[in-house]
Amino acid sequence: MGRKLLLENDHIEGIHSYEVYRKNGGYKSVEKALKSMTPEAVVEEVKKSGLRGRGGAGFPTGMKWSFLAKPEGVPRYLVCNADESEPGTFKDRYLMERIPHLLVEGMITSSYALGANTGYIYVRGEYFYIIKILEQAISEAYTNGWLGKNILGTGYNLDLYVQCGAGAYICGEETALLESLEGKRGNPRIKPPFPAVKGLWECPTVVNNVETIAAVVPIVNDGGDAYAAIGIGKSTGTKLISASGHIKKPGVYEIELGVSVEEFIYADEYCGGILNDKKLKAVVAGGSSVPILPADLILKTASGEKRLMTYESLADGGFATGTMLGSGGFIVMDESTSIVKNLHTFARFYHHESCGQCSPCREGTGWMEKILHKILDGHGTLADVDLLWDIQRKIEGNTICPLGDAAAWPVASAIRHFKSEFEAYVTNRKSIPDVKYYFHCNNLDAAAAYSSL
Amino acid sequence: MAKVTIDGITIEVADGTTILQAARMIGPDVAPPTMCYYSKLKTSGGYCRTCLVEVSKGSEKDPRPMPKLVASCRTGVMDGMEVKNTSSEKVRDARAGVVEFLLLNHPLDCPVCDQAGECHLQDLSYEHGNYKTRTEFERRTFDKIDIGNKIQLHMTRCILCYRCVKTAEQITDGRVHGVINRGDHAEISTYVEQAIDNDFSGNVIDVCPVGALTDKTFRFKSRVWFTKPMYAHRNCDKCSGKVSLWYKGDDVLRVTGRKDQWGEVEEFICNTCRFDKKSTSDWVIEGPAPINRHSVISANKYAKLVKPKEFTLNDIKAITD
Amino acid sequence: MSDSNKITFSPESEALIKNLVKRYPEGKHKSALLPALHIAQAEFNGWLSAPVMDKVAELLNLQPIEVYEVASFYSMYNLKPVGKCLIEVCRTSSCWLRGAEDVVKHIEKRLGIKDGETTTDGKFTLKTVECLGSCGTAPMLQIGQTFYENLTLEKVDKILEEWKDAGKHSSYLDEHTFRNI
Repeated sequence: MGRKLLLENDHIEGIHSYEVYRKNGGYKSVEKALKSMTPEAVVEEVKKSGLRGRGGAGFPTGMKWSFLAKPEGVPRYLVCNADESEPGTFKDRYLMERIPHLLVEGMITSSYALGANTGYIYVRGEYFYIIKILEQAISEAYTNGWLGKNILGTGYNLDLYVQCGAGAYICGEETALLESLEGKRGNPRIKPPFPAVKGLWECPTVVNNVETIAAVVPIVNDGGDAYAAIGIGKSTGTKLISASGHIKKPGVYEIELGVSVEEFIYADEYCGGILNDKKLKAVVAGGSSVPILPADLILKTASGEKRLMTYESLADGGFATGTMLGSGGFIVMDESTSIVKNLHTFARFYHHESCGQCSPCREGTGWMEKILHKILDGHGTLADVDLLWDIQRKIEGNTICPLGDAAAWPVASAIRHFKSEFEAYVTNRKSIPDVKYYFHCNNLDAAAAYSSL
Repeated sequence: MAKVTIDGITIEVADGTTILQAARMIGPDVAPPTMCYYSKLKTSGGYCRTCLVEVSKGSEKDPRPMPKLVASCRTGVMDGMEVKNTSSEKVRDARAGVVEFLLLNHPLDCPVCDQAGECHLQDLSYEHGNYKTRTEFERRTFDKIDIGNKIQLHMTRCILCYRCVKTAEQITDGRVHGVINRGDHAEISTYVEQAIDNDFSGNVIDVCPVGALTDKTFRFKSRVWFTKPMYAHRNCDKCSGKVSLWYKGDDVLRVTGRKDQWGEVEEFICNTCRFDKKSTSDWVIEGPAPINRHSVISANKYAKLVKPKEFTLNDIKAITD
Repeated sequence: MSDSNKITFSPESEALIKNLVKRYPEGKHKSALLPALHIAQAEFNGWLSAPVMDKVAELLNLQPIEVYEVASFYSMYNLKPVGKCLIEVCRTSSCWLRGAEDVVKHIEKRLGIKDGETTTDGKFTLKTVECLGSCGTAPMLQIGQTFYENLTLEKVDKILEEWKDAGKHSSYLDEHTFRNI
């Protein structure tokens, strides 16, 4: 049984309420930080912990914090990115729903470290019921003196607000989130300047994911070294993994970084194996954006080593044979799955979510979706598969924000690892019964069945 | 000051200069093409991705190359920076890709488009695009919208450069038009089709790089290459009154701002000068407009040419053929 | 300019919007636009007409185009009328893997409408949407602020039954969503 830091008290009844949360050691990190530590000391602990951004990019949090500009007389902001929208990811929702005070506590401790006196939690609009839960938790925190003026008599002031989104994946990109928080369209900004210098309302701003901010609580409580002692190498601490797809026990699991992928998929403690005991076909390990890997490559690296749930092990082999830990959105597909159809749901997603600011992403995402649709409809050609490859190549790296890359990688990896399946769709379409495409699809995946013959 | 080398040509520029500005100082054949950047509009640029360049050396202090191509219009130079524009195969490839993306939903109705002949998208495609079309899907179309009685919005042709929005924001008071919808459904619109009721609204026509915003008073009057631009001025209480008059025979067919060699207006002009003063008697004629790089009028490019040192035009042909 | 003077918010909604502005520094009232549009949508039958958006612009002292730009960018704002019950079915990967298509087909059959359409009696609108963060409890659909998860076709039938006589439009918010400051 691995150690749990964030979900340690998840099983306790009523842990969402202030009283129960407090009784179980809640808000200790605020007391410790505000009363016995300087802001710099808190930043130092976070640096020591080796905590990396849990939203997907995995950038060291302590370093991000240390970039924050501190000009005299200019307010600084901490903004929590709770715009969780990466397909396959639902850990932040789970955390906020079950233990909202952990996020509030993390926001207070982190804001203190950064010298911010105002914080915002930007929650995607679809999670309105979570917004209600957070508003309640914030209200309780104010009532009990953890927010507001002169917190714990230390002279530190902090106001914390929830902001709602309204349906836009792109607002998970930090500068798009800031635009949205300013009441504008969620168009990513051109960087530099980075938010650490010019963020919310042109003031220095740190944007961190929900899980990242929550992790600051155990780091401050137990010290950065204790956190860094968990995990392997530069993958320290624990990570929330959202497990979904064809598995027996979908859900959110807190793992110590370093658990093997095989154990995570098959152990009863985690996913419990493949649904209906079918064979594993492929896994998208870190949310829709990261490269899909076939069973053999997700369980073992190309050099034959056991693949572990760490930033480094999952990335082993680069994009040729590896993938990324990303947001920890772990989507499992069994042997009956059509990779092409799954890819189409991703392509449609990115097409739908492209903000439209820069041309490669605006035009390219729609183009890729149309070609995939055509292939699924049984009208594709081998040239279409090559064209798809070329389009993704021309989007990747050429856009303002990483959405372009995120749209390109799933396409590239699906073609790289499952080319024969695309070919089955385009070369044998006459022999495939009923590949007619609904939104959709048929339960019987003829093409996939054909390719596995 | 910073020394920057672009395609093998070194120039010294002031700190804070962008790569694009530095390249423009060297000359038109070294400068990356631009579709959305407009030096007269704050925060313009960065969207179209046509000006992407490769930074093969970051600076003297940190010589590492930049991992991705960068938008030259939005990236500042560093001392010792080395940049590859047309000398980089990566850049040429990405740029051809951008042209393809921009044309993907463009109607290619150049034969009936008033912008033809002075269209930046035509120039861009000609100079940087591939010769083959690979798309076969129906193109996105929109209905034409009249923005007031002088300007027509042909959204189907729009490449979403945002120049008109920024113009409306920065030189007119009270913006009424903007970008609505998202992704490839995004469109320039007034939403409820209000007229842009402002003395300077006509400038959106001049800044539009394609035929999406056109002058209704000039609509189908003539191909631009059959008109002759003359510089003229008048006393105007709203703007500088310095314009280009476009003549066919003795008739003034249209009035525009004066454009520099990058196709950008030198000064924004008011609607009275643009739409209401179409007689020679309204103006003091200065003489023929000088050569304009972005017009068929200057097809021969009389300006002095500075060729990139590391690269010749034949190389482009070899790749694109 | 459309006829925004015919639009009146309830005093509660108007007060709430004014209150929301307090969450931001002085002069940054535009930040209240997203929540204000949600409030407007909840109040005016689940969609945002041009006069309603103009009214929001007036309340927040913004240009109408600033409101249209934002309203048309985000997928949760409906710019056309919707049925009393707006059913949003997630269709992205994880939900697709667990049978989202069957859910959509079933609803289409039961209601006699296609994705994006509204029943002629104005009771239901069906909309397929992208990932709602319910992948571990797929397939799922959302009505207002409620997530219906681990769907089976029987569950879907029950949900349709439950909503068939809805008096008010389904809404993402209720009177407790935002805390007063």
